[in-house]
Amino acid sequence: MSTVDITKDLENATLIVTSVFAASPDRVWRLWADPRQLERWWGPDPYPATVVDHDLRPGGHVSYYMTGPEGDQHKGYWCVMEVEPPRRLVFEDGFADATGEPDDDLPLSRAEVTIEIVDEVHTRMTIESVYDTTADLEQVLAMGMEEGIRTAVEQIHALLAEG
Amino acid sequence: MVVHMGLTITDERADAVFGALADATRRDILSHAMGGDLGVSELADLYPMSFAAVQKHVAVLERAGLVRKRPEGRRRVVTTDMDGLLDARVVLDHYEELWRGRVARMHDLLDDDDLPS
Repeated sequence: MSTVDITKDLENATLIVTSVFAASPDRVWRLWADPRQLERWWGPDPYPATVVDHDLRPGGHVSYYMTGPEGDQHKGYWCVMEVEPPRRLVFEDGFADATGEPDDDLPLSRAEVTIEIVDEVHTRMTIESVYDTTADLEQVLAMGMEEGIRTAVEQIHALLAEG
Repeated sequence: MVVHMGLTITDERADAVFGALADATRRDILSHAMGGDLGVSELADLYPMSFAAVQKHVAVLERAGLVRKRPEGRRRVVTTDMDGLLDARVVLDHYEELWRGRVARMHDLLDDDDLPS
């Protein structure tokens, strides 16, 4: 059983996400540092991500695209700021236009990931993200709504299938 | 639970709001907050009670979601203006759901490690 704790700070538009894994810090780090792992969890279900560039160094970039249910593509990027494997990762993330250029002067968020040992078999991962509420959110919200509708439809199907 | 105009208000929220309004001083603070230009210290000067007591009243109103403190220079202005918060709330609710999904998928990936290949 896995749990995730999320604290919201409205005044500072900040989210703090914490979860404990039965895995080593190196293994948890790999979720972020291995592009083939990253693309398996970064995008929400109807928008799986494909990571294209993945340069995890200060000043480096990660570029990816998410593919929607209609085949629509949404490009995104990370600007990597700090990297201290396997303990710490700081990056800004945002959407990119069709050519891969950041869509806005403002990134959507700045995230700080901290990975720490809890005991011999457990590792705690904490992500503190600060969001820019004035950035263009239409795309993000549209994707969120689509996911919500999809989930609701799936639940209805499941209920009907139960008979 | 109260459902009104498509919006669900929990009993908890209703209790907090009515509890906040059940005090005359708090109702007075709320009417000043609608003007939105008094800081906490300036508000405290209006009432024959300690600063700490006024702070507590403001805290009750804040927890009920009726006022918020808007930073203005070194002052913290007590105001009813929720516009700024609404945007933040929508954004954070969305990202909370997004991160719940991401962390669940991370756990799934790590669980896959344990499966025989």
